[in-house]
This record gives sequence, structure tokens and C-alpha cells, in this order.
Amino acid sequence: MTTTIPAPRTPRRLRGRTNTELYAWMFMRASGVLLVILIFTHLFVNLMTGDGINALDFGFVAGKWADPVWQVWDLMMLWLAMLHGTNGLRTIINDYAERDQVRLWLKVGLYTATTITIVLGTLVIFTFDPCPPDAAADLLPSFCPVP
Amino acid sequence: MSGGRARTPGRPPSQSEGSTFVPKAPAGTLYRGREGMWSWVAHRVTGIGIFFFLFAHILDTALVRVSPEAYNEVIDTYKNPIVGLLEVGLVAAVVFHAFNGLRIVLVDFWSKGPRYQKHMFATVLVLWVVLMVPFTIRHLSHVFGG
Ligand code: HEM
Ligand code: HEM
Repeated sequence: MTTTIPAPRTPRRLRGRTNTELYAWMFMRASGVLLVILIFTHLFVNLMTGDGINALDFGFVAGKWADPVWQVWDLMMLWLAMLHGTNGLRTIINDYAERDQVRLWLKVGLYTATTITIVLGTLVIFTFDPCPPDAAADLLPSFCPVP
Repeated sequence: MSGGRARTPGRPPSQSEGSTFVPKAPAGTLYRGREGMWSWVAHRVTGIGIFFFLFAHILDTALVRVSPEAYNEVIDTYKNPIVGLLEVGLVAAVVFHAFNGLRIVLVDFWSKGPRYQKHMFATVLVLWVVLMVPFTIRHLSHVFGG
């Protein structure tokens, strides 16, 4: 990437300029503020309440996702954290990968990983079945019908 | 400086950025060393670490769609002292990145932000300790107390 820095006070060339980097910069700050609330609550509920980490199992997840509030919560956390982290890594790749080819392929890898995780995570939340028919009953949440 | 991050500290301008003057030794740059640079390094390192954790975390959570047995089996392998300590490290990274991120937002948007950035960095460290001490005690008592 060759960038020529124009002489100071050269009038800006407005045609063909985009604001993408400005929006990315704003997004990092807005998503960051929201993520503090989303992630701190996630960590508090999952690690600090009740038996903490020892209580985590399939039944715990089923109990949480029975409530649409937690579904939306996790969905927002998933999208915002992945997009925020991806944009952050894009900046870091731009900083350190100086060869055009290397930079291109690192970004292709990054965006592929991001797309797969966001799609997978979203499908998991929306297609989740708390009472799968062929599972052992003692692993399921208490609200599942007893066969 | 709208939309601009300060250029990468700790690295001389590369030729590709159009400069022919490459200083050999750090000569009084605004960003090298001290709080400004170290907070930036720590913010970058924690950000990368959290991203890779999140990638793995979404994949293991997806096991709930395979079967309750598969999910529980993998989660059970996490319930040991080593992973318990790694979890403290993860939360330490998240809490630092979060508070320091709020500091960056204040530096950018609050008119007095740049003037108080050092005080705010001290506040970040204090808040980090204040949250991490009770968290670590409670989490490790779950991990080691069974
Ligand atoms: C040791 C710390 C953590 C534990 C034990 C943990 C545990 C869990 C559990 C049990 C779930 C299932 C659903 C739920 O409980 O809401 C989940 C989902 C999720 N967690 Fe965490 N979490 C941790 C840290 C984090 C962090 C730091 C982030 C963000 C960077 C995060 C982001 C998510 C997301 C996005 C989902 C939804 C995944 C999906 O859509 O499939 N978690 N986590
Ligand atoms: C907890 C709330 C969070 C806040 C308040 C926050 C805030 C910020 C801010 C303000 C920036 C600076 C952006 C810039 O310089 O233009 C940033 C960068 C970054 N964040 Fe976060 N963030 C949070 C969570 C996360 C999470 C969950 C991840 C990972 C998935 C992450 C990964 C990154 C990365 C990789 C960078 C780039 C660092 C760099 O360019 O040096 N952050 N964050």
C-alpha cells in the first residue's frame, strides 16, 4: 500500500471519499459501551450467582434460553462482540501485515471465521430445543414433559 | 482528529507510509513509553485474547444443538483447577479491556478527557482491583471448594 501524504493545507479531495473508517471508529465506541453491560451481566449471572461455574450444564442453558430476554441478550452479545472484535483485529492486521498478499489473506481468514461463528451462534439460539426427545431425562431441565 | 487513531506507537513510520525520515532511536515521540503506550499495548493484547476465547466459546456452546450429553461432557472437562485459573485470567482481561475501553471513549468524547487521561488510567487500575479481588475469591472457592 503506497500512500502519498499531500503537502500541508492541500484542500481535501471530497469526491470519492467515504466515511467507512469514521463509522467503524464510532461503532467500536458504541458497541464497547453496550458490551460492558452485556458481558458483565453474563459473567455475573453465570459465575457469581448460586453455585457459579459448578452449576453450568445443559439444564442451565435450557433454563436461561426458555426466557426470551436471555435469548435476545445472548444474540446482541454475540453480534456486537464478534463485530467489535473483528473490526479490532482488522485494525491490527492493517498495522502489522505490511505485504499486500499477507494482509489480504489474513483478512479473508478473519472474515470467514467471523461469518461462520455469527451464523452458527445465531442458529444455535433460534433452533435450540430444551427437551430433545431421545435424551436422558435427568440431563434435561425440570420443565420438560416426563415421557 | 476525527476517525483517526493515533499512529501506532512504538513503531517508526515505515517507508510505505510515505516518510523518508526514519529515526533510529525514539526521539521524543508523544506516544512512546509511559501510561499512554502501556495501556494501549494491554488493550490490544487483551482484545486479541478475548477474541480467540470467544471463537472457541461459541463453538463449544453450539454443542447444545448436538446433544445434552455432548455439551455436558465438554463442559465437565473444563471443571478443573487449571481451567478455573484460566477463567480468572479471562475475566481479568475482560474487566481491564472494558474499563480501559470506557477510558478511551471518555478521552475521545469528553472535553476534559485528554487532560485527565492519566488519572482515568489510575482509576481503571483501581476499579480493576476492586472487581477482581471479590471475583477471584468467589470463583476460586467454587473451583476448589467443589
Ligand atoms: C468463564 C467465563 C464464561 C462462562 C462460564 C460462560 C458461559 C456461557 C454459557 C453457559 C452460555 C450458554 C447460554 C447462557 O448462559 O447465556 C454462554 C453463551 C454465550 N457467551 Fe459466555 N461465558 C463466559 C464468558 C463469556 C465472554 C467473556 C463473552 C464475550 C466476549 C461471552 C459470550 C457469549 C455469547 C455470545 C454466548 C451465546 C453463544 C451462542 O449464541 O451460541 N461469554 N456462555
Ligand atoms: C467489554 C466491553 C468492551 C469495551 C468497552 C471495548 C472498547 C474498545 C475500544 C474503545 C476500542 C478502541 C477502538 C479504537 O482504537 O478505535 C477497542 C478495541 C478493541 N477491542 Fe474492545 N471493547 C470491549 C469488548 C471487547 C471484546 C468482547 C473483544 C473481543 C471479542 C474486543 C476486542 C477488541 C480488539 C481486538 C480491539 C483492537 C485493539 C487495537 O486496535 O489495539 N473488545 N475496544
